[in-house]
Amino acid sequence: MLRFTKDHEWIRLDGDVATVGITDHAQEALGDVVFVDLPEAGREVTEGEAVAVVESVKAASDVYAPVAGRIVESNAKLAEDPALVNSAATTDGWFFKLSGVSAASVEALMDEAAYAAFLETI
Amino acid sequence: MADSSGDTPLSETPLAALHRELGGRMVPFAGYAMPVQYPAGIMAEHLHCRAAAALFDVSHMGQAELVGDGAAAALEALTPSDVQALKPGRQRYALLTTMAGGIFDDFMVANLGAQGTERLFLVVNASRKAEDFALIQAALPAGVRLRTLPDRALIALQGPQAVAAISTLASGIAALPFMGIGAFDVAGVPALVSRSGYTGEDGVEVSVPAEGAERFARALLALPGVQPAGLGARDSLRLEAGLCLYGNDIDETTSPVEANLVWTIGKRRRTEWNFPGAERVRDELDNGAKRLRVGIRPEGRQPARAHTPVHLPGGAAIGEVTSGGFGPSANGPVAMGYVAREHAADGTSLELMVRGKPLAARVAPLPFTPHRYVR
Repeated sequence: MLRFTKDHEWIRLDGDVATVGITDHAQEALGDVVFVDLPEAGREVTEGEAVAVVESVKAASDVYAPVAGRIVESNAKLAEDPALVNSAATTDGWFFKLSGVSAASVEALMDEAAYAAFLETI
Repeated sequence: MADSSGDTPLSETPLAALHRELGGRMVPFAGYAMPVQYPAGIMAEHLHCRAAAALFDVSHMGQAELVGDGAAAALEALTPSDVQALKPGRQRYALLTTMAGGIFDDFMVANLGAQGTERLFLVVNASRKAEDFALIQAALPAGVRLRTLPDRALIALQGPQAVAAISTLASGIAALPFMGIGAFDVAGVPALVSRSGYTGEDGVEVSVPAEGAERFARALLALPGVQPAGLGARDSLRLEAGLCLYGNDIDETTSPVEANLVWTIGKRRRTEWNFPGAERVRDELDNGAKRLRVGIRPEGRQPARAHTPVHLPGGAAIGEVTSGGFGPSANGPVAMGYVAREHAADGTSLELMVRGKPLAARVAPLPFTPHRYVR
């Protein structure tokens, strides 16, 4: 099940490893993604820390860690094909995976209905 | 995503309703609500312009006429351009310079004179129009009048198929030379058409009365090969073409010599040295400017944006990126900026400090994509 942040990241927890990406709303607002700057594996990150950068034709935007954890993998496919962020934002276009994630901190984020309601307010 | 929520209400161009109908994403720009892109997206709009024809609304730009005996001479008090040598039916790119030798604005000036009446047509930047018109007004002698044209729209049609397309509505347009200008009836709208643009492609920029703007734009959009494009594509197109954006690449601190715009200075003006800032320009031509505007090509795929510091590899800061992004036609990141003159040669290795990390780059010749103007 996906959870969402107000900064338009999504996170999906499988066991204690979470996969993170940006939402369909975010990729739509950014436009054509041309480059993604991803974090190194092994890096410890805190909740809300800027850990990746997504570059569209027009601008660069930070991507934040939705919860604390340790980076275990970044999506190597994005180096070859950054447009995956546009075409498959919540599947093949994932950014990085975090280990050591607290299930409670993920649960505390918005679910799909809450995120949809949040999008209505902006 | 931060929204810029200014307190001042935004102005709209005469094409605002059409932009919304076409699905344009409206953003604030120089006090106007302007389409940054349409549903196709910046990349597709950019590539379509290079392949066929793109329609841009640039009605936010300032238009004016300078009318009366001595108009060209009066304008020369503010610009190093040889305005008096500009023949009827011709347009040129020029700079307004400051007394300190900076660039007050860049603009287009056309000679619309006929039968002994001096008449110049000016197009200035949206962000500078109030300042420019005040500056020009204050410099006018008796008998020369500045008439601003806030009730006119400006629409650009750019790309290799642009002139063929618009010529099906007014055949004479195809005969305009590069930087030629003339009056035509296009789809029942009186249009002042100049063969110029801001993309590096062949094309036209057309001034039409506000009330005819939508009809004119719809007539162009109905032609085969024509698609709308927003300010996002306009910016990536002009960057690939090596063309300056006022406020980014040139401003009151940059001189025409530093900006590599010496070609806009008339030959006669370089013997008279009577334009604002002539002293600095002359000194920089004789002794070299401290810095120069150059093209910058980052290695790899990562773009470097405006204000990115430029260093020598592993060494000292030597300048700054002033425009940078991804070039869809160059199929990679492209930028321009200023570097110290001794490091401005093509091929010079640089390091761009992007978010604190060095990104390898080289000084590269401009433009990144060859100009395809008619000659």
